[in-house]
Amino acid sequence: MKSSVIVFPGSNCDRDVAVALTKFQIENQMVWHNETQLPKSDLVVLPGGFSYGDYLRTGSIASKSRIINDVIRHGKKGGLILGICNGFQILIETGLLPGVLLRNKKLRFLSKNILLKVLNTNNKFCSNYKNKNIIQLPIAHNEGNFFANNELLKNLEDNNLIAFKYCDERGKIEKNSNPNGSSNNIAGILNPEKNILGMMPHPERFIDPLLSGEDGSILFKSLLRPE
Amino acid sequence: MKISATVTLKKDVLDPQGKVVGQTLKNMGYENIINIRQGKYFEIELNESDEIKAKKIVEEICKKLLSNIVIEDYKINYK
Repeated sequence: MKSSVIVFPGSNCDRDVAVALTKFQIENQMVWHNETQLPKSDLVVLPGGFSYGDYLRTGSIASKSRIINDVIRHGKKGGLILGICNGFQILIETGLLPGVLLRNKKLRFLSKNILLKVLNTNNKFCSNYKNKNIIQLPIAHNEGNFFANNELLKNLEDNNLIAFKYCDERGKIEKNSNPNGSSNNIAGILNPEKNILGMMPHPERFIDPLLSGEDGSILFKSLLRPE
Repeated sequence: MKISATVTLKKDVLDPQGKVVGQTLKNMGYENIINIRQGKYFEIELNESDEIKAKKIVEEICKKLLSNIVIEDYKINYK
């Protein structure tokens, strides 16, 4: 499997995710935002960070960068795209995923480990979560408050396009377990074709049993699972 | 030609920054403050002398980049 990690000025999780991809034998290339063509890739990763210093709106400038046209083409052809944190914000600004990410409800930058329930395992990113659907991953964001109107929320729920929701230890999805105020506790969503995943938590930071835990590894291993 | 644009969050979208500013003003003693909405202001200088064309361009960039029309409203201020 081949992947490309897009690097924007201000990306800061690009190398972490590259380490994760390489660890799971995914052949990765870093692609600078000014390029116009992606190298041959099965997966494109938009990494976390503060692309363009979060100017204007988070992800908005990156969503108009040169490489993005080819990323959009890749996604429309069914190629896999994973947007993590700022990458999720960029995916929303490009229109590849719906909704909007507002500032966290309590206006604080959040950096902590949270619990998630995996709600859709029927996609390339999450298939290996079948055996473990309550997981722990870190979040680190200021604009992670996913907001959608009722119509969109219904559409996401009815079509099973919500990949992750914030939950408690028993997997209960309640207000108390929602760190940022997101609609219906949403932490990550898929497009209808399920080849594009945007998520606020950072799986690339949880790939080492000694340092963190391996709940992030499961996502990368899912990618390698044959159809 | 110079045209400016203001972008603000839509009325039904929570504007936490505006709320905090409003609350602070009340704490400072400005009791007649009812509500504050915070926004962004852009001054756009265009190399275009035709007013109609210029307005069209600004309208377009407001929609495409300066605002996210899902949550924000934009207002173009002609001089």
